[in-house]
Amino acid sequence: MEPTNTEAPEYFHKVVDCQWACPAHTPVPEYIRLIAAGRYSDAYMVNWKSNVFPGILGRTCDRPCEPACRRGRVEEEPVAICRLKRVAADNKDDITARLPKAPERKNGFRVACVGAGPASLAVARDLAPLGYHVTVFDGDPKGGGMIRTQIPRFRLPEEVIDEEVGYITGLGLDMKYGQRIESLKALLAEPYDAIFVGSGAPRGRDLDVPGREEARANIHIGIDWLSNVSFGHIEKIGKRVIVLGGGNTAMDCCRTSRRLGGEDVKVIVRSGYDEMKASPWEKEDAQHEGIPILNFLAPKAFTYEGTNGSTRLTGVVFQKMGWTTDDKGKRRLLPTGEPDQHFECDDVLVAIGQENAFPWIERDVGLEFDEWDMPKVDPVTLQSTNPKVFFGGDAAFGPKNIIWAVAHGHDAAISIDRFCRGQDVGLRPPPNVLQSSQKMGIHEWSYDNDISNDERHRVPLLEKDKALSSIKFEVELGFDKGLGYAETQRCLNCDVQTVFSTPACIECDACVDICPMDCITFTANGEESDLRTRLKAPAENETQDLYVSGTLPTGRVMVKDEDVCLHCGLCAERCPTGAWDMQKFLLDMTHAGEKACGR
Amino acid sequence: MTYIAKPRLHHPELPKNALGFTRRDYEGRVSTLCAGCGHDSISASIVQACFELDLQPHRLAKLSGIGCSSKTPDYFLSHSHGFNTVHGRMPSVLTGANLANRDLIYLGVSGDGDSASIGLGQFAHSIRRGVNMAYIVENNGVYGLTKGQFSATSDKGSKSKKGVVNTDSAIDMVMLALQLGATYVARSFSGDKAQLVPLIKGAIAHRGPAFIDCISPCIAFNNHAGSTKSFDYVREHNEAVNRLDYITGRAPIHAAYEPGETIEVTQHDGSVLKLRKVAADYDPRDRIAAMAFLQERDAAGEIVTGLLHVDPDSHDLHDHLGTVSAPLNRLPDDALVPGSAALEKINGALR
Repeated sequence: MEPTNTEAPEYFHKVVDCQWACPAHTPVPEYIRLIAAGRYSDAYMVNWKSNVFPGILGRTCDRPCEPACRRGRVEEEPVAICRLKRVAADNKDDITARLPKAPERKNGFRVACVGAGPASLAVARDLAPLGYHVTVFDGDPKGGGMIRTQIPRFRLPEEVIDEEVGYITGLGLDMKYGQRIESLKALLAEPYDAIFVGSGAPRGRDLDVPGREEARANIHIGIDWLSNVSFGHIEKIGKRVIVLGGGNTAMDCCRTSRRLGGEDVKVIVRSGYDEMKASPWEKEDAQHEGIPILNFLAPKAFTYEGTNGSTRLTGVVFQKMGWTTDDKGKRRLLPTGEPDQHFECDDVLVAIGQENAFPWIERDVGLEFDEWDMPKVDPVTLQSTNPKVFFGGDAAFGPKNIIWAVAHGHDAAISIDRFCRGQDVGLRPPPNVLQSSQKMGIHEWSYDNDISNDERHRVPLLEKDKALSSIKFEVELGFDKGLGYAETQRCLNCDVQTVFSTPACIECDACVDICPMDCITFTANGEESDLRTRLKAPAENETQDLYVSGTLPTGRVMVKDEDVCLHCGLCAERCPTGAWDMQKFLLDMTHAGEKACGR
Repeated sequence: MTYIAKPRLHHPELPKNALGFTRRDYEGRVSTLCAGCGHDSISASIVQACFELDLQPHRLAKLSGIGCSSKTPDYFLSHSHGFNTVHGRMPSVLTGANLANRDLIYLGVSGDGDSASIGLGQFAHSIRRGVNMAYIVENNGVYGLTKGQFSATSDKGSKSKKGVVNTDSAIDMVMLALQLGATYVARSFSGDKAQLVPLIKGAIAHRGPAFIDCISPCIAFNNHAGSTKSFDYVREHNEAVNRLDYITGRAPIHAAYEPGETIEVTQHDGSVLKLRKVAADYDPRDRIAAMAFLQERDAAGEIVTGLLHVDPDSHDLHDHLGTVSAPLNRLPDDALVPGSAALEKINGALR
C-alpha cells in the first residue's frame, strides 16, 4: 500500500466516526470534552453552529453518530452522544449574547423559504446574518414544522422548541405564519432572488382496505393526528387503540394514545420486530410503557357495526405473515396461510409511512420531476432544475430526519449565497481543519487519555404512572451533571489522532507492546487485502482504514488498523523518539459566507 | 513510564488459548521503564510465550535480582509467584525454591549487571549445578539505573553515550553458559520477537539449565553510534544461525521443509524443537563445534543469534541429587520430619 496521505482532511475525519456519520458533521468529541469540563455554554455553541437545534436534537435526533461510535465496537454500547447534547442544552447559561445578529444594512437579496421546519430554519439561520432578507411561509400558526407538529410533548417540551426556533426567528426573519404557499408560480412571480422549499413530507400514507370508508370516524392518519394533538385540537382517544406501522411515527402515536385515555394500546406491524423502521430505543420506550408490539400481521380489513350514517369501528382483521425464501433465494414476506386474526378496538392510527406532496408546484415553471414524482434535485447543491429554486429536508429526497434537514439547510444556504452573488454553485467551500499536538509534558496530554470502564449510563426517566398521566410531562429527565460527566468519560476522543512520523521511528516495538487493542503492526508491505490478514489482530472491518507509514530502515512499514483504537495515547507515551504524536483534528464545516481557510 | 494504567479493554477478536485466557491475561502492571526500553519487548515476548504454551500462571515462579531488567517481572504474569531478590542473588534463591518445589516452572530474569558483575558467581554455579530453569539475561551492556556506566558485557572498544571508549574485555555470557554446561543456550534480540518468542517457549519446556542472552538496547544510555548494543548495530551485525519453531508434543507438524534443512530435537516433555537452518553446517547439538563457531564469528564482529546449543539428553539438579520426586509441600509431616530416631541413625552413620 502507498503511505497514507493524512494531509487530506478525509482521512482523519473518517477516523472520527461520529462526526463522519453525522450529516451536519458536528464535532462530537470536541463538545463532549467541553461538557466534561463543565463548559456547557461552549458545548452548546459548538452544537448550535453545526446542528442549529441542540436542545431539540438532544432529545429527538435519529443519532446516526451512535451506531458509528467506536465505543460500540470496543465494548457493548456506544457513548450516549445524543443525550450528552441535551446536557449541554439543559445546563447552559443565557447564550443570546453569543448568537449572531442580522446586520442593520441588508445585502439586498431576498430569499423565500417554504415551510418553517428545520431545513428552512437552518437556511434562514445561515443567510440572515449575512444580510439576506429572509421570508418564511408556513401554514401552521407557529414555527418548527414537524418538530412541533409530529414530535409529542412528552418527548420534546414546547419551551425547548420555542427557545431554539426563537433564536432563529430573532435574526430578523419575516415570518409569515398561517400562509400556506399554494402556488410556486405565484411565488416565483414575486421579487425573490431565490426560493428554498423545505415543506417536508406532509402526507401520511393511507390504508385502503375494506371498511376504511365505513369506519372512517375512528381511523386516523398518524402524522395528522399527532399534529392535531400538538395544537390541542384532539385531547382524547378511545380506550382500545391499534396503531398500524413500525416506524418512529407509530411509536409516537402509541405512546401519545396512552396519555390521551388509551388503556389497551397495541402496535401491530406487518414485518418482524427486527425489520421495523423505528429506532431500537423508541421501540424500547414504547414497550416500557406497557405497549405490546405484535409482528407478522398485515391489516386486511376494518370491521364495523351499524349501517349507513351511524357506523362504528369494531376492530381490524389481520392476515398472518412470515418470511419465506423464494426460488431465487430471496427472502420475502408472504402470508403463511394460517387463519386470519381479529383484534377489537375503538380507534386505529395509521402510521405506515409518509409521502411527499407537491400539488402546489405547477409543472410548467421549469422545475422537472422524476419518475417517482419527486423534484429533480442535485444531491450536493440541492438546486432544482429551476436554478432559482432549492430543496432541502424531507421535501428534497423523501422522509429522513431533522439532522439531515439541517445538513441540507447548510448546503442549500451555501448554494443560495453563491447563486445570488453570481458564483458557481457547484464549487463547494472545503471544511476548516485545525490539527495540533496535544502534548503538554513527557506523559501529559491536553485531553484526558485515561479510558473509563463504565458501561453506558441510562437516562433517568419520570416515574411511569406520572409520565402516563399527562402528555405534557417529559418522560426523560436527562442526565444530571454528575451522570453527564460520567458518560462523557466513555468518549474515546477519536478526534485526537495518532500521527506517525516515519523518519523518527527506530522500530523499537514499544508501541506494539503497549497498545491495548493490538492496532499496530510492523510488517512487510503488501496489498491492502493481504495486509489486513497479516496484522497482529486481523483487520476484518473493511469500513475502517489502515494507516500505513513510509518504508522504515528495516524495509518494513508500520500499519495501524484504525478500527478499535482507543486513542489512549499510550503508543505516543511509550515512543522514545516522538514518532507517534497525539494531534487533535478539529474539522468545522464551512457554512454560507464563512471563509474557507484560515481564521 | 506512563501515568495511566493500560486500559482493560482489548481487541474484540483477541484469541484465547486452551485455558480460555487471552494474551492480556498474562500481562502485568504497566511498565515504569523508559519509553522504548528493549526490556519491555522481552516482557511482551514472555507474555506471548506463556500464552502460547497454555501455561497456568500459578504454575510459574518468576525470580529476579536488582536492576532495570530485574524490575520487569512486575510487568508480566501478575498471577504468578514472584521473588525479587538481593542484587545478584537470584540464581541461589531460584536454586533453593526449585529444590523445595520441583513442580513449578522457574523463570529467572536478570540483567548484565546483576548476572555478569555482582552475581557472576551465583550465575555460574546455578548453571553448573544444572538447575531446571529458564534463565533470561536482558543484556543492554550498560548500567541504566545509574545513568549509563559500562557494564561487564560492554564490548571492548565500544563507546559510552559521552564518547568514552571501553577498555575492559567483555564477558560473553553465552560462552560462559556453554562452558559451564548449560544444556539449552540461545542468544536473541529484543527487536526480533519472531525469533525470541519460540526461544523462550523452548527454554521453558527444556529440562535443565536453559539460558537466553537477549540483547536489549537501552534507549536512554546505549543506543547511540559507537554502541554495540544499539538497535542499528545489532540489526546490522545480527547473524541468525537458525529459526526455531517450537512445537508442543500434541500439535501436528504442518510446516514442510526439504530434508537436511531442518534439525528436530525432541525434549523430555515431548515437545519438538524444529530448527530451520540458516547457517549451513551449524548443528546446535554439538557443543564444542558451537563454541568454536561462536568464537570465530565473534572475532569477525558478528552477533550470532538463534538456538546455539541444545542437549536433548539433559539432566537437572534433582536427577544428580536423587531427590524425592514430590515437592516438599506435598510430603506428609512424618516424611518431612522423620523424628529423633532417624536423626540418630544419620548421625550414627557419620561417626
